[in-house]
Order: sequence, then C-alpha cells, then structure tokens
Amino acid sequence: MQTSSNTAPIDLSVQEVSKHYTNFTAVNRLSLDVPKGSFFSILGPSGCGKTTLLRMIAGFITPDEGDIVIGGKSMRNVAPNRRPVNMVFQHLALFPMMSVGENVGYGLARRGLTKGEISKKADAMLERVGLPGIAGKRIDQLSGGQKQRVAIARSLVLEPTLLLLDEPLGALDLKLREHMKLELKQLQNEVGTTFVYITHDQSEALVMSDRVAVMNKGQFEQVGTPQELYYHPKTAFVAGFVGNSNRLEGVLTNAAEGKTASGLTLALTPTQPASSGATSMFIRPETIALSRQETEIASFANRLPCKVETLFFDGANSTVQVKEVATGTQLHVALPHTGQHSDLVPGETVFIGIRAEHVQAFQG
Amino acid sequence: MLNHKLKLSAGAVLAVFAFHAQADEQVLRLLTWADYAPQAVVDQFKKETGISVEVTLSNNEEMISKLRATGGAGYDLVNPSQDRITGPAKEFGIYQPIDLKKVKTANFIPSMLESTKKVTGLGGKVYGVPLFWGTDGLVVNSAKSKAADYSDLCKPEYAGKTAVRLKRPTLIGMAFSMGKDPFKAYANPKQYEAIMTAAGDKLISCKKNLKYFWESKDQLLNDIRNGEVVAAQMWDAGGWKLNTENATIKFIAPKSGALGWVDTFAIPSKAKNLDAAYKWINFISRPEIAAKVAKSAGSFTAIKGAENFMDEVMKKQLAESFPPAALKNIKWYPAIPAGLEEVDGKVLDKIKASN
Amino acid sequence: MNTLTPKRLTLYLLLAPAILWLLLLIILPHVGMGMISFRERIGPGEFAGSLKQYRTFFEEPLYWNTFVRTAVMSLIATIMALVMAFPVAWTIAKVAKGRLKALMLAATLLPFWASELVRTLGWLILLRGSGVIPQFLAFIGVTDQPVELLYHDATILVGLIYSSLLFMLVPLINALETLDDSLIEAAYDLGGNRLNILRKIIIPHAAPGIAAGSIMVFMLTLGNYLTPVVLGGKSSMWFTEQIYTQFITRFNWEQGAAFAFLLLGLSSVLVWLGLKITGQRFADAMRRT
Ligand SMILES: Nc1ncnc2c1ncn2[C@@H]1O[C@H](COP(=O)(O)OP(=O)(O)OP(=O)(O)O)[C@@H](O)[C@H]1O
Ligand SMILES: [Mg+2]
Repeated sequence: MQTSSNTAPIDLSVQEVSKHYTNFTAVNRLSLDVPKGSFFSILGPSGCGKTTLLRMIAGFITPDEGDIVIGGKSMRNVAPNRRPVNMVFQHLALFPMMSVGENVGYGLARRGLTKGEISKKADAMLERVGLPGIAGKRIDQLSGGQKQRVAIARSLVLEPTLLLLDEPLGALDLKLREHMKLELKQLQNEVGTTFVYITHDQSEALVMSDRVAVMNKGQFEQVGTPQELYYHPKTAFVAGFVGNSNRLEGVLTNAAEGKTASGLTLALTPTQPASSGATSMFIRPETIALSRQETEIASFANRLPCKVETLFFDGANSTVQVKEVATGTQLHVALPHTGQHSDLVPGETVFIGIRAEHVQAFQG
Repeated sequence: MLNHKLKLSAGAVLAVFAFHAQADEQVLRLLTWADYAPQAVVDQFKKETGISVEVTLSNNEEMISKLRATGGAGYDLVNPSQDRITGPAKEFGIYQPIDLKKVKTANFIPSMLESTKKVTGLGGKVYGVPLFWGTDGLVVNSAKSKAADYSDLCKPEYAGKTAVRLKRPTLIGMAFSMGKDPFKAYANPKQYEAIMTAAGDKLISCKKNLKYFWESKDQLLNDIRNGEVVAAQMWDAGGWKLNTENATIKFIAPKSGALGWVDTFAIPSKAKNLDAAYKWINFISRPEIAAKVAKSAGSFTAIKGAENFMDEVMKKQLAESFPPAALKNIKWYPAIPAGLEEVDGKVLDKIKASN
Repeated sequence: MNTLTPKRLTLYLLLAPAILWLLLLIILPHVGMGMISFRERIGPGEFAGSLKQYRTFFEEPLYWNTFVRTAVMSLIATIMALVMAFPVAWTIAKVAKGRLKALMLAATLLPFWASELVRTLGWLILLRGSGVIPQFLAFIGVTDQPVELLYHDATILVGLIYSSLLFMLVPLINALETLDDSLIEAAYDLGGNRLNILRKIIIPHAAPGIAAGSIMVFMLTLGNYLTPVVLGGKSSMWFTEQIYTQFITRFNWEQGAAFAFLLLGLSSVLVWLGLKITGQRFADAMRRT
C-alpha cells in the first residue's frame, strides 16, 4: 500500500481550502492528496471541521478559498449531482418512502437506465454487501447493520471515483461496529473504489485506513500510515489522540531528559529543536514493563519502584494504576496478555521500567 | 352551516326561556324588520309600560322559517307582510287570530284596516293588522337613464349598469311590465306558472344586461351613488334615501304599476306575553309614535293622523314618485296561497343557472 | 375487568361531555335531517314517506349542475391552494430561520384575526369596478378602463382559496418540517435534480400533510356559504346556497334536508376517493392536522 500510493494517480486533491463562518474558521488552508484505490481516513475530535471538509468535497458547501480536484478535474462550480463523488451520510439518509431496491436503484434511474438494468445492478450490489434478496423490503424493516450496508450499496452502485463516508458506523452498537469495520475494509479492497472516511474513533481509522489524517481545529496535525501515527506522532495532539498514553506535564532539563511537575526525572527520546522549556511527555501503557523483582527491569533507562493503586480488569485491555514511590506520580501500566500479574493487590510494591525511546516529549 | 343556524336559534330560544323562568320583569319578544323598532321608541315603551322589548331582526322568509322551526314559539309579536300570513298560518299553524277587541282600531286608516283584514282573514278570523306600507319600483339616476318600467332595465344602452334582486317581486314586476297579471292567476297554479315562466325567460334574456343580482341593500345604494348602476329595481325607502342625498336620483313607480306591500302585526301561535303584544300594537299605533317609526323605516303608516307628524321631505318625495294616477295604479300583493313559492323558486333557480 | 372501578367511572365521566356533544349536536340533528329528507308533503301539514326529494335532485338538471359545479370548483380551489401553499410552506419550514420564520407564520395567520365576513368584504372593496385593483390596473395601463373584477367564477376561487389557505399551510409546514434535510442532499448527491427530488422525496414525505390539508380545504370550500354568495356573479350557484334557499326561502325542509345529505355523501365519497388514489390512510392524514 505504501508503495502504491507513490505510483497511483491522485483521485482527490484538496488544495489550500478554507471555510470561514462568521467569526469562526471551520477549515483552515487545508491540503490533502488521496491516491486512487486507497482508504483514507480523517480522524479528529467532534467539531474539528471534518463534516465541513467532506461536504466541501461533495459539493454541498462552497469553499471560501482553494480548489478541490477530483479525478484530475477542478470541481469549481460543479453541483453535487454532477460530481463523480458519492456520500454515505452521518445518519445514512436512506429514503423511507422507497423500498430497499428503489433506494439502491435511485441513482441509476437518474442516469436513465432501464428498469431491467436497474434491478439487475441493484440486486448484484445488494448481494455484494451481503444482503441478497432484500430489495423488496421497506427501510424500517431493516436492522441497523443492514441499513448501513444498504446506504453503502446505494452509493457504490454508481461506481463513483470517490466514496465519502461521514462517520457511517456512529449509530451502531459496539459489537456491530467492530464487525462492520472489518467488512467495510474488505469491501473497499474488493471494489477498489477510493474511500475518504471520516471518524472521531481512532480505532476505526487505524484498522481500516491506508493513510490517516489527524485533524484538529480545521487543520491537519499529521498525515501518515496508522503505524506512523501510533509510533511516531509528530505533535502532542496526535500523541494524545491516537491510542492511549500517560501524559505527564513538565520541563525539559536537557535534550534527552525531562522532569515532571511532580518531580520525577525521566530519560526520553532526544527532542529535535529545543532542549529546555515546558513539555508534555507521553508514555503508552503497553510500553511499560512491570515486575515484582527489581532485577527484571535492570536494562531499562527509567526504573521506578511503585505501589499498586487500582486494578482495571478489561480482558485484553486490562491495566493497573500505580503510584511512583518517591514523587507520587500516577501511571497506567498495561498488564501482559498472558494473565501474569493479574493477581496484583492494591498496596503491593512493584517495579516498572520504561525505555527512553518510549517517552516522547513535545514542546508546548 | 345551516344546521348550525338552526341549532343556534334553538339554543337562543332555550336561553330566552331560561331567562324568563327567573326574571319577573316583563319582556316582549319582537321579531321584525330593521328600523321597525328604533331604540328611542323601545325606551319610551319601557318607560310607559315597564315592559322591555327584545328585538330580533329578520325578513319575511326568515320570520316564517324561524317560527316554523319552533311551531310558533319563541316570539310574542311579528311584523310579516300581509300576503305572507294566511299561507303559513294554514300550513304550519304558526299564527293565532288577532283579538280585534284588544286593538284600538280607531287609530287605523279604515280602508287599510279593512283591506288587511280581508287579506289576512282565514276561517272568519283575522290574523293581521296593518302597520306600514311601501312599494317596490325603480331607482333611477335621471341624469344617465330614462328607464320607466322594469322592462327598460333590459335595454342595451344600460348594459352592465342595471340590477335587480333575484326574488319573487322581480318576477311579479316583470310580469306586470309584460302586460300580464300574476295576482289574478294566484288561484290558478297552471296559469300562474305560465306567467312566471314567461317573466323568467324575459329575465334570462336580460341577464347579460344586469351588473348583478343584488343581495345587500347597502351594496346597491353604494353602486348607484358612485354611478356604477344607473337603474335598478328597489323599494321606495332606499330610493328616497338616495334622493335626499342627490336629487338626480329618483324613485319612480314603473309604468305598469308599483308593487304595494303592507307589513302587519301578527301574533305567533305560542306567544307567551299576549298582553305585552297588544300593548305594543296600541303604543305604535299612536300617531306621533307611528310617525317616529315611519321616519326610521322610511315607510308610510296605516295610522290615522300620522302624516301630521311626518317629515316634509318624505311627503314631497312621495308626491313626486306617485302622481295620483300612479298611486291608484299600485298593485297590492294579495295573500299567497301555500305552494306558489315553489313555482317562483324553480323559475328563480333557472334564471340563476342560465348563461 | 368488567366491574365499574372508580377509575373507569372517572374516565366515562370525563368522556361524557364529548359524547353528549357528539350525540346532541352532530348525530341527532343528522338523524332528524335524514328522516325529514325521506318524506313528502301531501297536504297542509301532512307528510308521507317518499324518495321524491332525491328523485327531484336527479331529475332536475339545475340541482345536478350546481352539485357538480360546486364539487369541481372546490376541487380546483383545493388544487390551487395546494400549489400556492406548497412554496410558502417550504419557505417557512425549510428556508426561513428564527425570527423570520416566526414572522412569516404570524403573517399567514394574520388574516384570520378578522372574521370571514370582513375578509370577504375586503375582497369586495379591492375588486369592484371602482375599487383599488381595477383602478390601479387602469392607471398602469394594463386595461383601458377600470374593469369589474367581481362576480366571476375566478373571483369566487380567489375568495375560497384565500379563506382556506391557512388550513392547507399548517399541515404542509408540519409535514415538511419533519423532512430530514439530509434526504434531499442524499438524493441530490445521487444525481437527482430539483424536479425529481420534489416528486420522489419531498412529495411522498409530505403526502399525509398534503392529504390532510386537501381534505380540510375541500370540506371547507364545499361547505362554504358566504364567499360564493358575496363574491359570486349572476350565474354563480353554490350547493350550500341551494340548501339555504330550500330551508329558508322555500320552506322546503324536505328538499333542503335531502340536499344536505347528498352534500355529506359527496364530500365523504370524494375524500375517500382522494385518499384511495393517493394511497393515504385517513388516520395518518388526520394525525397531521
Ligand atoms: N453553518 C455554520 N455556521 C457556523 N458555524 C458552523 C456552521 N456549520 C458548522 N459550524 C461549526 O464548524 C465547526 C465544524 O463543524 P463540523 O460539522 O465540520 O464538525 P465535525 O468535525 O463534523 O464534528 P462531529 O464529529 O461532531 O460531526 C463546528 O464547530 C461547528 O459549530
Ligand atoms: Mg460531522
């Protein structure tokens, strides 16, 4: 995937696009390229401007500045119904007054296909999304997941250059969401359509995407593969937003060492420009080694004796909250999946080890 | 809608009963025309007799319909036209005979009283005594029209500038102007129907010429004032009212004769306060009171000596509109036998529907 | 379950006024009317059961024509009211926001603060030969002379539509307000154009509101008495006028009652047909009002 993005033509190119509302800028000089056939996600907190950006691409909002190029053509003055783009809406927007088949066939009918062709194509697309033979059902007879698939089928059947999806899984319950995540990814692989996917759920973005843009306050903080974002966040926002982290505020004492407000000194990944000043330090819970014997963590740059405070059992995601003995700094530590240490009790003394490269510091 | 009206009037009747049950105060429930019971006269009556008058405004048809709905209850005294009494009295039993001993008959012009007694007589009993009389004729803007008879309203030179009411007097008047006598034919339904049909056909052919069939008096008077209508069939009081404002507008008796009506006192069969009813009749028939009411109504009374109290202008207008020959030529409505209205109705419907 | 618990008794007592009202003011008069309509006068104060009144209706083309004319004009008025109300309802429900919306709603209600009679007379003043509109038309040169705009069928239609527009607007606004904007956007996104979206999305969604509004306007115009009488011309016949005439000026209660029943039947049949054709359910439509 990484390689294909270098060679494949660009399907969507957003160039220096802005959208201002009265004394509020929703999207701020934002640029973005999405290669053909890729799954591109935009990840950001609520209100950061994701929907605004997507609606500009779809054509429902006109950008105040910049241009949007789809399939090599500028979309200036092109109405939504003439763009080679289709959208799956945040709340799906299925037509309740039509049957499932009519929903899926709606766009085809607008293109002037015959009834026979329409129903053939609609049936085939419904089968593709795993819903064979439901063309005659009413929308209100469908389950949440089925509606989801119909909404996607309705757009995909038009074979758009670009499919825009605005948090389409938001309304589903957790189990179904997990399931649909995988299914959507697989579907994209099969049809090969370029997907631009919006979400505020980092797990969705990480699982499905070839590339993810992390958005904040109308701008991209970082664009990269899920792995890059997870392991090499470029800003404090990305480090905090993608995955879980222990966040410790403090100051840099030199380029490779920081001191938290609580007084704990930590060896860390050497920071780039500055070597002093206020900093935020991030440590992922799963990078922290935990042991009852001090000897087992001897090889770590940071070795801290701690007291166990609370155990959070959550199956594979179980963590323990510990308190560093000397400074009282609180840290979350992931428990090994082997079940080791599941017998920890509050008040017990443990030792934790953290490598310097797993402590990421960001200025500001 | 209509249903609603009936319900409302039924409700009103109930309310009146309820009111009566608890009030000792004497009340006269009068069903009459607009202007027949001016407030000043009502107040004076109350002062003299202690009886208060509840006035309900109506017209000939509604009077009959209202009383019919209650079988003659709800009112103590009514003022229907004399030709509309014996028919409904026989058909619906809504009136009771008048006890002439209780009426100060000396107050009335004898010839008129006699004539009304005859017209409203049924089975040897009398059902009405006269109050006012008036005529139906033409109101003409003499500067713009020389119309002299009903048929002149159909002349092309007045196209779009004439109006009539779509009611039976128009048919009757038109029949007279065609040289027929519908009153004579009252007793002969076949002949009557033929006459009315002919009059109806004449009006159908004339329809294009008419601006409209007028419904509201004020609408017509306004359009005559501003010149949109130059000649129309109307009753005398309206014509004289305009004449007072503008001398070029005149009320004229049509060549074939004005139609004369007499409004009377009649007593509903289930009237409650007979005493008050007779008191009111005798009160109104005092010349000075009759003159007051006459001025309010713009009509002439059947009361002796009332002319002494009458307005000079009205007397002059009467003289101008009715030279002696015209006065003699007035065609007075005889009593309408029951069922004739159905013939009129069919003809009127046909006129309205024609194109 | 079957015993009269205090709770049930309370319920019945609470319902009693409504039931009494229904019985006394709606059902009883209609039963009475029905009985009157099936009799015939055979002599002074004497009546016998008969179908004569209904036969008269079918044999006399005049009554027939009036009946059909009333129905057709009511239908035209309903359709025109719908066509006129729709854009207004759309603007109020979807385009206008905040204060403007409240203002527009108030503006549509404003004429109804005056009585129907006053409103109808208002048209009289505007449209008559010496009235404001004809004078204005002559002044700007559209017509040579002021023309009489009153007393045409078109005038009646204007009056009817004007006096019933609100009853079309309110259910339409209600129906359109519940339309999710994203449905329209989705249709647009999928290649639909305005006309198509109107036909396939907006109208089907608003259908119960359209049905409700149309039923009300149709019933109101069909049963209207004042407007056709005041604004109508020399040949304007309206069926309610015919009923009034039969009852009040002809003293023919039997015929009037039969006409009233026929009108009731006509409106019921037409409403039923309308719902049938558009595939709406009466209960759905009524919930919209
Ligand atoms: N018409 C508008 N006028 C003013 N501000 C607006 C308008 N539309 C959106 N905004 C603002 O723009 C910002 C971005 O909105 P947008 O809908 O793009 O957020 P989002 O990232 O999609 O959020 P969510 O995840 O909650 O859907 C929000 O703060 C919103 O309040
Ligand atoms: Mg959004």
